[in-house]
Amino acid sequence: MSKKPVQFRLNGGDKAVFVDDGQNLLDVLRRGIGDFAPKYGCGQGTCGVCTVLIDGEPYLACLTLAETCEGREVQTASGLAPGPELHPLQKAFMEHFAAQCGFCTPGMLMAAKALLDRNPQPSREDVVEAIGGNICRCTGYEPIINAILAAASAAGRRPA
Amino acid sequence: MPVTVRTFASLGEAASTLGSEREARFLGGGTLLMRAINEGNPPFRTVVRTTDPRLKEIRTAGQRIVIGAGVTMAEILRIRELDFLHPVARTVGGPAVRSAATVGGNIFAEKPYGDLVVALLALDATVSVHGGYSAREVPLAEVLAQRGNGAPGVIEQVMIERPAQQGALRFRKVSRVRPKGVSVLSIAAHLPTSSGRIQGARIAYGAMAPTPIRAPAVERALEGRSLDREGIAQALAVAVDDCAPADDAIASAWYRREVLPVHLRRLLLGEAR
Repeated sequence: MSKKPVQFRLNGGDKAVFVDDGQNLLDVLRRGIGDFAPKYGCGQGTCGVCTVLIDGEPYLACLTLAETCEGREVQTASGLAPGPELHPLQKAFMEHFAAQCGFCTPGMLMAAKALLDRNPQPSREDVVEAIGGNICRCTGYEPIINAILAAASAAGRRPA
Repeated sequence: MPVTVRTFASLGEAASTLGSEREARFLGGGTLLMRAINEGNPPFRTVVRTTDPRLKEIRTAGQRIVIGAGVTMAEILRIRELDFLHPVARTVGGPAVRSAATVGGNIFAEKPYGDLVVALLALDATVSVHGGYSAREVPLAEVLAQRGNGAPGVIEQVMIERPAQQGALRFRKVSRVRPKGVSVLSIAAHLPTSSGRIQGARIAYGAMAPTPIRAPAVERALEGRSLDREGIAQALAVAVDDCAPADDAIASAWYRREVLPVHLRRLLLGEAR
């Protein structure tokens, strides 16, 4: 099996890795780079726990052929809070008890970030739609929806 | 079994390679093939892909619309001129699936997936299939009928006529899980009217046969009728003619046959779910 060089940006930093033929982005992130924020759930594109942003759009890392990321910008939940301050979404998840076991949380956060980046003041329906591909077996979704709406509302109150 | 990924700059090279290697598959957005690779032991040894920008072309000027096979559901949702397809594209997966899932891939998606194709069938779509040297235009229905017989080439573009009137294209996906569930079945209807009478109806079903199908008996029964309870009665009576649904984990064939006329009625009369 041949190895292919791939260069991309990960959470603002340059990464250069060798990937196997057919290797998915999730595997490269977790085993190749050591970014364990995106989780391995189903490997079938069904659960959403591996959601990352590529060039600002949400993608399932398990279904993304790693070599297609050449030259692109990848963001994972690891990059949300580069310093000691939590990202507003992380803060809202904490304050609204939106994480129980926490397994779905990195994917939920990235799905929510994709939404708020595009639509800073979403409706409840928008939020439900945005996390429609992410499964949570603990919370019943309500605390997650409330956290995302609260993060949007807090961002709306912050001075620009 | 490990796979080999071969990337080509041009569609022609990709199509030639696909045609010359028996165990090769074409990669669109990856939502189908990557699942097989992740499972291990996929039924193919080579993955062919192309970076040819032609696959991303969208032309909406005029009556005839051209959509590149590499256009994703998310991209369709961003094009205002394709608003008649928005309700359909929105039913495909969640946002992260829609970023990757392509129009071309949808044509090869086995049920319960492939909802967009049902709408394209109701729009009487044709597709251009690139065989390596040149492309030929064939009806989408023909490609679907041949789907199990190996790769016909690489799907380059899908061509449709703009719906005859605003609201002429209707679509309903029936699923057990809200907001995002896979299809028990799906129905698309193109219903142009003249003086309140249907002229040239096209009805398509998803998950009511091995591939999406047209429903010619329903189309004939609607011709010249009005969209009211009396006008659609005969269409409902023949709703499951030509269907060959299967039992699967989503629903039984019996259930699909039972509920199809109910959902067809709701679609035709514009009733709420």
